[in-house]
Amino acid sequence: MNRWVPFEWIAALRFLREGRLQTLFIISGVSVGIAVIVFMSALLTGLQANLTKRVLSAQAHITLQPRDEIARPLRLGGKDVEMAIVQMPLQRVRSIDQWQGLVRVLQDDPAIVAVSPVAAGSALAVRGDATRAVSIVGIEPDSYFHIVRLPDNIVAGTVRLSSQDIVIGTELARYLGIGVGDRLTLTSGARTSGALTVTAIFDLGSRPVNERYVYIPLRTAQSLLDLIGGVTSIELTIADVYAAETVARRLQPMTGAAAYSWIATNAQFFSAVQAQSLSSAVIRLFVALSVALGIASVLVVSVIQRSKDIGILRAMGTSRGQTLRIFLIQGALIGLVGAVVGSLLGAGGLLFFHDHVRQADGSELIPLVFERSLFVAAALLATLTGVLAAMAPALRASRLDPVVAIRG
Amino acid sequence: MADDVLRLEKVRKSYNIGRPTETEILHGIDLTLGRGEFAALIGPSGSGKSTLLNIMGLLDRPTSGRLFVEGQDTSALGDRLLTRLRGRSIGFVFQHHLLITAFTALENVMMPMLVERGFPDAKMKKRALDLLTGLGLGQWQHNLANALSGGQQQRVAVARALAMEPALVLADEPTGNLDTKSAEGVFEMMREVNRKSGTSFLIVTHSLEIARGCDRIIELVDGQLVQAGAAPAAA
Repeated sequence: MNRWVPFEWIAALRFLREGRLQTLFIISGVSVGIAVIVFMSALLTGLQANLTKRVLSAQAHITLQPRDEIARPLRLGGKDVEMAIVQMPLQRVRSIDQWQGLVRVLQDDPAIVAVSPVAAGSALAVRGDATRAVSIVGIEPDSYFHIVRLPDNIVAGTVRLSSQDIVIGTELARYLGIGVGDRLTLTSGARTSGALTVTAIFDLGSRPVNERYVYIPLRTAQSLLDLIGGVTSIELTIADVYAAETVARRLQPMTGAAAYSWIATNAQFFSAVQAQSLSSAVIRLFVALSVALGIASVLVVSVIQRSKDIGILRAMGTSRGQTLRIFLIQGALIGLVGAVVGSLLGAGGLLFFHDHVRQADGSELIPLVFERSLFVAAALLATLTGVLAAMAPALRASRLDPVVAIRG
Repeated sequence: MADDVLRLEKVRKSYNIGRPTETEILHGIDLTLGRGEFAALIGPSGSGKSTLLNIMGLLDRPTSGRLFVEGQDTSALGDRLLTRLRGRSIGFVFQHHLLITAFTALENVMMPMLVERGFPDAKMKKRALDLLTGLGLGQWQHNLANALSGGQQQRVAVARALAMEPALVLADEPTGNLDTKSAEGVFEMMREVNRKSGTSFLIVTHSLEIARGCDRIIELVDGQLVQAGAAPAAA
């Protein structure tokens, strides 16, 4: 007996050791349950992180744009309306008022990580006889690359955006038959750019984006879109991607601009992710419940089997509290050991899944995400479940009448 | 009287109180057990011996009457204080030895001290080893309880009962499950402890042989004491 180990722990450990087969079976049961929880949670986290990353690879967390122009009916005075039929106005390419001041305000917001002004609009990319409709995105590279990590997705060339440079997607490059170092021209409704040199070709993992988006310097875009000194949007990266909608709602009245979060823009994707999380949580809840019932049933049997031991301990002066703790500790230990073994099993299962279930091209299907917090949470959850599951049998043990217990 | 280890005043015990099946098992027991006494409690089956023993051992409460352990009135004590008093003042030896099989002989003897103090220490280990050695069980100290013979287990149970140096040891048929030789050995051992340490013993037995070896025989018939005198000399 170790002198640092209290009586209740000694008794709990010995009881578990003596019924080693029973202990082994219940720990195995708990381990399998925890392994399922860890495996599912990590898999889902990886899957969602991957999907979210893909969705956010070519868009900002929040985009601020000028509010839509609204046509209002003319009034004669009072409630009389002169023209009741009002046509929706055309939405012109307009700049955000006082955008420089707004950028400074947004940069000081603790929820916002990066702010970048953008001048965007439509144009035609022309290369010889070939033309293609494109969306031009005029950017300040230093700030914009914190919004969309373009340099991480370059498949040819190097991202460089001086005034006569352009970065295009793989699909557009294929369509126009050009590569790094080649030139093309952009034509908007009002103006035509000079020849722009392709410095890099990107692949953002989305065919429409690779086909339509072209990145040019902000000043070039402003000139091309006849938007001198103006920007059409301010794009933001925030610390918590899942708080985008909340932050957008907060920014809208503060900035006077319309704020669109990636969650609102991709509503169907986001609701699918939420449904997936919910169904996974329900499965995990039922697994945890079955783990708890397993621990409780084994400890109930243990209390019956050990009623004489409990009686003799009570006769020797063991208090009800000490008796209670002996069984609560057993529950906690079963939960904790089960969590450790289950976490290892779950992690092993994930590694196996990651190594053997691949995409057709051999790349990973789902990224491996091992978060320490998941394992800590699994250990805490299993230990707590063990304690709660042990509560009923422990109470029963503590309330045993020693006379009845000894008599058996 | 502080020199009494145990005193019962008009102790009654009933079961199924308030129901048609209410039964009174003990009918007003008055009994005093002095310090250092070595007494036998005899009586036919169903006479209330075990009930009386459980009440004297603070494992059960009387329906009425008062019980004093080492001069302390136990009737007003709550479960916690009663448990503590039981652990300190009373040792138990049960018929079926009732060692805890998850522990070794040495650990079983240490158990009452461990329960009382919370953490194991060298002193309680030495005390347990001294007791086992004194009872001829030193070499079996590391054996698990169920790896010992019946006689050895009962001697370990006696050592355990003495671990806290209690004023009183209550033994319920301590030799009932043993062969004659082992039974004599265990009885002689208890007698020896009584002589050397002055610990009081009350032994519940069906054996007249054992009863005659005690200083005093207390006879219980139908829940009443019919004799509480000195034992006749053994034949």
